[in-house]
Amino acid sequence: MALKMVKGSIDRMFDKNLQDLVRGIRNHKEDEAKYISQCIDEIKQELKQDNIAVKANAVCKLTYLQMLGYDISWAAFNIIEVMSASKFTFKRIGYLAASQCFHEGTDVIMLTTNQIRKDLSSPNQYDTGVALTGLSCFVTPDLARDLANDIMTLMSHTKPYIRKKAVLIMYKVFLKYPESLRPAFPRLKEKLEDPDPGVQSAAVNVICELARRNPKNYLSLAPLFFKLMTSSTNNWVLIKIIKLFGALTPLEPRLGKKLIEPLTNLIHSTSAMSLLYECVNTVIAVLISLSSGMPNHSASIQLCVQKLRILIEDSDQNLKYLGLLAMSKILKTHPKSVQSHKDLILQCLDDKDESIRLRALDLLYGMVSKKNLMEIVKKLMIHVDKAEGTTYRDELLTKIIDICSQSNYQYITNFEWYISILVELTRLEGTRHGHLIAAQMLDVAIRVKAIRKFAVSQMAMLLDNAHLIASNTQRNGICEVLYAAAWICGEFSEHLEEANQTLEAMLRPKVTTLPGHIQAVYVQNMVKLYASILQQKEQSGEKEAAQEITQLMIERLPQFVQSADLEVQERASCILQLIKYIQKLQIKEVPVAEEVIALFAGELNPVAPKAQKKVPVPEGLDLDAWINEPPSDSESEDEKPKTIFHDEEQRHSRHRQPEIDEEELARRREARKQEQANNPFYIKSSPSPQKRYQDTPGVEHIPVVQIDLSVPLKVPGMPMSDQYVKLEEERRHKQKLEKDKKKKKQKKEKRGKHHRHNSLHTESEEDIAPAHHVDIITEEMPENALPSDEDDKDPNDPYKALDIDLDKPLADSEKLPVQRHRNVETLKSPDSEAPLVEKKSKKPKKKEKKHKEKERGKGKEKEKKVIEEEEEKKGEDLDFWLSTAPPPASTTQLQTEPVVGAAVVAEPQEVKKEEREERDEEEEDEGKKSSKHKKKKHKKEKEEKSKDKKKSKKKSHHSEEETTESVQNGTLDDEPLPPMSSYRLLAENPYVKMTYDIQGNLQNDSQVTVSVIFENKSTSFLKSMELNVLDSLNTKMLRPEGSSVHDGIPVPFQLPPGISNEAQFVFTLQSIVMAQKLKGTLSFIVKNDEGSTHEKLDFKLHFSCASYLITTPCYSDAFAKLLESGDLHMSSIKVDGISISFQHLLAKICFHHHFSVVERVDSCASMYSRSIQGHHVCLLVKKGENSVSIDGKCNDSTLLSNLLDEMKETLSKC
Amino acid sequence: MINAILVFNNHGKPRLVRFYQHLAEEVQQQIIRETFHLVLKRDDHICNFLECGSLFGGSDYKLIYRHYATLYFVFCVDSSESELGILDLIQVFVETLDKCFENVCELDLIFHMDKVHHILQEVVIGGMVLETNMNEIVAQVEAQSKLEKAEQGIAGPAVTVPSRWQGGLSAAPSRAVSAVKNINLPEIPRNINIGDINIKVPNLSQFM
Repeated sequence: MALKMVKGSIDRMFDKNLQDLVRGIRNHKEDEAKYISQCIDEIKQELKQDNIAVKANAVCKLTYLQMLGYDISWAAFNIIEVMSASKFTFKRIGYLAASQCFHEGTDVIMLTTNQIRKDLSSPNQYDTGVALTGLSCFVTPDLARDLANDIMTLMSHTKPYIRKKAVLIMYKVFLKYPESLRPAFPRLKEKLEDPDPGVQSAAVNVICELARRNPKNYLSLAPLFFKLMTSSTNNWVLIKIIKLFGALTPLEPRLGKKLIEPLTNLIHSTSAMSLLYECVNTVIAVLISLSSGMPNHSASIQLCVQKLRILIEDSDQNLKYLGLLAMSKILKTHPKSVQSHKDLILQCLDDKDESIRLRALDLLYGMVSKKNLMEIVKKLMIHVDKAEGTTYRDELLTKIIDICSQSNYQYITNFEWYISILVELTRLEGTRHGHLIAAQMLDVAIRVKAIRKFAVSQMAMLLDNAHLIASNTQRNGICEVLYAAAWICGEFSEHLEEANQTLEAMLRPKVTTLPGHIQAVYVQNMVKLYASILQQKEQSGEKEAAQEITQLMIERLPQFVQSADLEVQERASCILQLIKYIQKLQIKEVPVAEEVIALFAGELNPVAPKAQKKVPVPEGLDLDAWINEPPSDSESEDEKPKTIFHDEEQRHSRHRQPEIDEEELARRREARKQEQANNPFYIKSSPSPQKRYQDTPGVEHIPVVQIDLSVPLKVPGMPMSDQYVKLEEERRHKQKLEKDKKKKKQKKEKRGKHHRHNSLHTESEEDIAPAHHVDIITEEMPENALPSDEDDKDPNDPYKALDIDLDKPLADSEKLPVQRHRNVETLKSPDSEAPLVEKKSKKPKKKEKKHKEKERGKGKEKEKKVIEEEEEKKGEDLDFWLSTAPPPASTTQLQTEPVVGAAVVAEPQEVKKEEREERDEEEEDEGKKSSKHKKKKHKKEKEEKSKDKKKSKKKSHHSEEETTESVQNGTLDDEPLPPMSSYRLLAENPYVKMTYDIQGNLQNDSQVTVSVIFENKSTSFLKSMELNVLDSLNTKMLRPEGSSVHDGIPVPFQLPPGISNEAQFVFTLQSIVMAQKLKGTLSFIVKNDEGSTHEKLDFKLHFSCASYLITTPCYSDAFAKLLESGDLHMSSIKVDGISISFQHLLAKICFHHHFSVVERVDSCASMYSRSIQGHHVCLLVKKGENSVSIDGKCNDSTLLSNLLDEMKETLSKC
Repeated sequence: MINAILVFNNHGKPRLVRFYQHLAEEVQQQIIRETFHLVLKRDDHICNFLECGSLFGGSDYKLIYRHYATLYFVFCVDSSESELGILDLIQVFVETLDKCFENVCELDLIFHMDKVHHILQEVVIGGMVLETNMNEIVAQVEAQSKLEKAEQGIAGPAVTVPSRWQGGLSAAPSRAVSAVKNINLPEIPRNINIGDINIKVPNLSQFM
């Protein structure tokens, strides 16, 4: 034997290990894939071996292959085998592989629950550690639910190594199983003050993650964090806390005030750049949240900006990058303080690092003003020319457009300049943003009336040079601008000077190479052009010329009629016919221009993107009302009276909803109007939008400088935007002179007029008047548009589920399920003595008590009060903390910097101390009380716990839970129930113990599911288990297709020593009125050190009639109807010598026989159940002094008598 | 939260891949490739942060990387992590590797991917930073190697394996070895005379 083993082990030495595999792959560079597939075949062979070492080695190799991109999910089961190895070495390999490839979709993952639980409670801390690490990667909602309590227990493990891991993993558990957050939170909070800094850091980490998603729930922790911040020396923890404060301050401005001082101290004192940077960031967040009222407000900003400047000037690119990042945050609220560092930021635009350039670009966006826009854009245009990569250039392009178009073209004083910039941008090769430029051209031309003439002339030039733009196929993106050009030239053709030339340009054969949608626009706008030319010619009496142009159209249009693009073709043929008709009329010398032009009369106005959504529902239109009443389902209504009630409720609320909404909306609308009225930047969609500029004092008086368009352009169609910069300067200069003259005059006028700008803008800026009488048309909205602007939140946000109020006391139902297998000895972890319930605060206990009070309603009311009180208290605590002078901790900080007079600080400190002591006393009192409570309640809790225990195992969960509920239904007493299990012993031998439970299948009236728990009692490994049953005529085991009646069904798992697992088998049956017994055998292989043996275990599977029943709730009126119907058979039994309470009795019947209590009056109860084949079973249970009588009614008399017999047996055992 | 930790060499060959959210293997490889191309373009004197949230499917994500000799260490993190803090963490991780492998080089990572993972697991778990103190990390890693050795040690005093073979043999026999518990391995050649085993025995001495 020993020799055989040695031989095996030596053989194994020649198996490839990980190193050999890696070496092999490196030696097979040419045919790597082939070599690896060969290796995978070998691995598959190795996995088939029984030796766990070989398996582990194979799994280890698979992990490596996974990294190379090979899917190894097929080995999931083998990985689990290796995970369950007893040796740490192998276990670690298994967990590593699992953490790399398991996920929620891995089906075998549910087999790991017990193994992981066992590892979690292992006496070896590294087993636990490895399990926790693995779990952190592949925890699923099921695992989270089943293991939440175990992990929570580990949070108070004696070893800090385990504690900190457990704390971190709780976050993953919260994400997957949000219900665990509230019960676990008190302990998590406790860990913030753990003696071990690592655990503390982990707790801070988790709470920060939680708070980041739902900050408002964590405000009450602010004092605790503040204490940590001022006491901790661990930079990592400090950074986390400071970041957390950054998330909290927007919710509580007072917190910000409190923070400023310690943060500025940290900024001054720390040498760690990372900490400094986060402090600056949080100070910025604080300053943003504080609208006003800080005396040293500007000092803090100055400090931040100053520190950031140091960062940006640093030679370390990382600091530079972060400095710019933080700067952009300040920019939003305090643009002025950043604007003074414009030089620095423009300098960053020249940086060789793209990330830094992009950051600098972001900053530019906020730094532009009317004054410097042209200058900045000019600089950017130079960068555009210089930029090598298309990505960066495209980024520049979008930034230029963003900067110029921001807040409704607020900073553009000269739109001619802007159009020129846009046209210049069309020279960019290979950009993807042609559509963006096109959209801007359209937008500006449509909304700025004054610019149309100029825009049209530029667009005409673009069309004329279309070949330059569209020539290169690579420049496809840019040809989008032709779309805009064609539309603008067509729509505003009255401004076109050389319409003929443009029309000809649009009719060039080259045009047909453009994309279809652009051609379509071409065709459509040709007609507009044609119409205006026609009108012009007719008016001036040039009939010849008019006919010529018609002829030109008829000649050229057919090239579009032949287009492959449907829309082009359709439009072209339609228009061709129209023009042929016009030609006929022209020959008859009928004036047609007026009619043709009438086709395009009227102006097209821009429509706001949200307009459609905001069309209000007309009065009297109820979108929720039925058009035709849906057919009522009268049959089912009889049986389910509750549903009717439910329906009604829904209908009520449906009517109510709109009323509330309208009120609310009206209120909001009013508030919004108010806001708009006070907002000088809001452009009202009044009929005369010109008002906006008329309001500006002085604009009317300034003579508009006409720009001389005869300035020769160097490239045809390519205007030079630079000229505008010079012109603009001149213009401004002139303007200023004139303004100075008029200043005195205007002063008086100004006073009375409403100012359009607020103090945010510098005076010089305000003075710059736009070059054109610009009239920015706002986008159209439907009348009475709903003013709501809220963006819908993403309903799929996984963090939304964690938006849980943590200050509310715990309810009974929220306790974490203590998931233990009822048939396995409870594996005690080192700390499991501390029961979960004890961890709950004092308040929940009160609640528990109340829960059991007879008058439930009253209890609930009280609970509410308690909750409110609690909340109030919490609120007060926070208020108290926030309102007091800086706490001692921060003053100690001040002391380290002996600048401030000590006497001044001392006084508030003392007061504070007193207050603190008082509070501490209070807390102590509370603590005592709660400990008393604990003792009193201890008994009950234990019972509770046992009840919880039962709720293990997912599969049986369902029936059990229902039972407990129904028991409560009938329970009026405050009596605890003894633990019950529906699992009965099936068979047992020294190796294996089988227990089973039978449940009816709701979906199938002729099937039941038998759940069998196999427990390995030996120290050997059990494998190849196979279960076989001798079918009867009535009852048959469901076997996979193709297998004969004599084949057994393999149990889908193996059992390591001491492990139990559950398998399910489905049976089909014909009649259910009689109980059945089936003989069966379990065969399995026992494998241990001595080798393996084949074993058998016979059993008898008993299908009681009760197992065909499904617990079905029934309402008393339906129950009464059922009894009245009269088609039920009746039978009754009486059992003497019953000593247990009536409540227990009912619970037993509910639990073991799957009944539910319909009604209970004193010692009399009616019960109901339903078989899988639809038999109704009604019971009337009466308890005498020492006896119980049961009257039963059922559709089938045999079933009834069998059921009653079974019940008799159960009761006689009592 | 840390979303992913990638280590690859100057040619984009992955040396350590650790995603903290599940992604299919092809997607993982795609991300590694794209990340590699992104960082490859950047020379060593520019900043170590990269915005490429789209790569990982979230705008919040940022790549923070460091380049050491032939290896890139890339961490993908969201906004709750401090950028400079993560840079320090990478340094801590690399220094820890250096301590555990004694002058770490790419070859160590190539041949001991499992060990690198185990070290990483003492620094970051489930995307959250577990420990930043290098001494603590090294202590835990060593304690676990000791435990591993102890488990091998059952095989008897003779099976002392040169450290470079550790990884290979650590995956080796448990039950079988325990069966030879009391046999002094060097003597095996003398004791065993069965044909084919005899042939393989000379190879054994290599391991001694």
